[in-house]
Amino acid sequence: MNWLDWMAWTTPSAMFFIGIGCILLAMTCWEVLSPSLERKGFLPISTTRGDRLFISLLSAAFIHLGVIGFTGISIWIAFSVAIVWLFIVMKWG
Amino acid sequence: MSKTKNNKAWFLVLPVFALVAFSAIIPLMTVVNYSLQDIFDASTRYFVGIEWYQMILNDSRLQDSLLRQFIFSGCVLLIEIPLGILVALMMPKAGKWSVVCLLVLSLPLLVPLNVVGTIWQIFGRADIGLFGWALNSLGIDYNYAANPMDAWFTVLLMDVWHWTSLIALLSFSGLRAIPDAYYQAASIDRASNWAIFRFIQLPKLKSVLLIGVLLRFMDSFMIYTEPFVLTGGGPGNSTTFLSQSLTKMAIGQFDIGPAGAFSIIYFLIILLVSWLFYTAMTHNDNK
Amino acid sequence: MNIKKTLGLSTYIVFLLLPIYWLLVMSFKSNQEILGSLSFWPETFTFANYMTIFTDASWYMGYVNSIYYVSLNMVITLLVALPAAYAFSRFRFMGDKHLFFWLLTNRMSPPAVFLLPFFQLYSSVGLFDTHIGVALAHCLFNVPLAVWILEGFMSGVPKEIDETAYIDGYTFPRFFVKIFIPLIRSGIGVTAFFCFMFSWVELLLARTLTSVDAKPIAAVMTRTVSASGIDWGVLAAAGVLTILPGVLVIWFVRNHVAKGFALGRV
Repeated sequence: MNWLDWMAWTTPSAMFFIGIGCILLAMTCWEVLSPSLERKGFLPISTTRGDRLFISLLSAAFIHLGVIGFTGISIWIAFSVAIVWLFIVMKWG
Repeated sequence: MSKTKNNKAWFLVLPVFALVAFSAIIPLMTVVNYSLQDIFDASTRYFVGIEWYQMILNDSRLQDSLLRQFIFSGCVLLIEIPLGILVALMMPKAGKWSVVCLLVLSLPLLVPLNVVGTIWQIFGRADIGLFGWALNSLGIDYNYAANPMDAWFTVLLMDVWHWTSLIALLSFSGLRAIPDAYYQAASIDRASNWAIFRFIQLPKLKSVLLIGVLLRFMDSFMIYTEPFVLTGGGPGNSTTFLSQSLTKMAIGQFDIGPAGAFSIIYFLIILLVSWLFYTAMTHNDNK
Repeated sequence: MNIKKTLGLSTYIVFLLLPIYWLLVMSFKSNQEILGSLSFWPETFTFANYMTIFTDASWYMGYVNSIYYVSLNMVITLLVALPAAYAFSRFRFMGDKHLFFWLLTNRMSPPAVFLLPFFQLYSSVGLFDTHIGVALAHCLFNVPLAVWILEGFMSGVPKEIDETAYIDGYTFPRFFVKIFIPLIRSGIGVTAFFCFMFSWVELLLARTLTSVDAKPIAAVMTRTVSASGIDWGVLAAAGVLTILPGVLVIWFVRNHVAKGFALGRV
């Protein structure tokens, strides 16, 4: 494991990447089992399931940045907002 | 063209995927790791969580350079895209002169970035450079090393000089793809030049312009070498763009943690803007 | 072609060529003349600046290194990008659009961001200061672009050609090499031109990933700045010499590139 030292892993970042990996894996399985169709929700463009995931992850990143940078409230609030947002976009986006 | 659905195509993409993943994902993960820690050396590091992000987002110097960066990229796109299209429209369509034009236009593109900086460093100086000398003899007080506005203008001019040809070449290629029948139909309808441009040429240019706009946006947003060679980011901070601040932080001061956080924010901004461009320009095709 | 167009184009070309002309003239002047007065033509024509470069191995090896890793990069990029572009142009497969966009995002990561991890990654796998290392690093931004450009060219080839070939009993590799690649030759020319261009002009990664053996010319050039000031003449000569390989490349592939651009499939 010595050559991994320089990557300077920490538990939170490792968990973050494992989480992202799991989401991608789950999305792939879901796609294999039932391929998604493009549809139009409240977002201004028609999207597939993968597009919606990307949109919600990208906006989640900016939600976190906004909360960290410009408010003093806990990052966990940002996290829960992002999760809720993820579900809203996936379901109705 | 209708495409067949075939998941075996993944095998053809696999080499690209492996090659790019190796150089892209591992460094990206490492940067995320760095951004969460205070790093002194290989074995001494502390977890600090989101502290660096807080610091970076509230750093007024970085906010300034972000603003400068957006203005610069905006100017680059506003000048280079129309100018490039204009040059492409003026180019002879075929024959020997067309090849000559292509060759001359590609010349600036082949100049290494730091040499571009060097060329303009020399060219813009009042004592040994034609450009600086000419401006000064016209009575314009031009000195890129002392006057922020001049430095800024020089970097912009340098970028226009270097990259407009790229847009021109791409647009030329797009224009050539229009069948003659379109022009004949237009001339029967007595369409004005503007109408031809607006309704025949511009729509055909859309896909090449997508490449052009994206490339120019990304590269101008990451501009580093040219201002560095020209003035080292000065005078003052007038040409210190984001990459410059970042490199100063990462290599100059060796603050790996904040630099990592900065990198992630930087990357997210480029990702967002590029995605917006990309979606906006590809999405209409589907309708 | 009317007068207005010619005039506009000529103005633009003068604007493009003037700085390069200035560099060229300067490279033939001595330092005293450069700093002494402004002239459009060297009064005393000298090759001394060029001799400095051609007699010093640490100078001219810089050119050799650069050309070496740029060529490697072109070969690797084309080898992996051709099949991938074929896949993108002919098939729909799971995650194709997302994969495509992800490839593009790699052009967006500011190199400044990844310098340190890159340096450590390449050191840990023994690629530091090798030509192949720089070539691989440059693939990061050249491969996505190559796939994108080639995909455009390939979509222009009718699908019936593929089907006919398969009916005639061609296997996929044989069809690809014997029939398909010759069809998009000019597209490959254009792609190679772009790969050459972006790899040749890139400095930041190339400089970070090398120290001695594979040091690119762009990094060597910083030597002209010394305590006694900048050696303008040598700097200009070195600059001129960095443009030459590009001019040679484009001269040799000019017909392909012209044809490729004229095909309008970029």
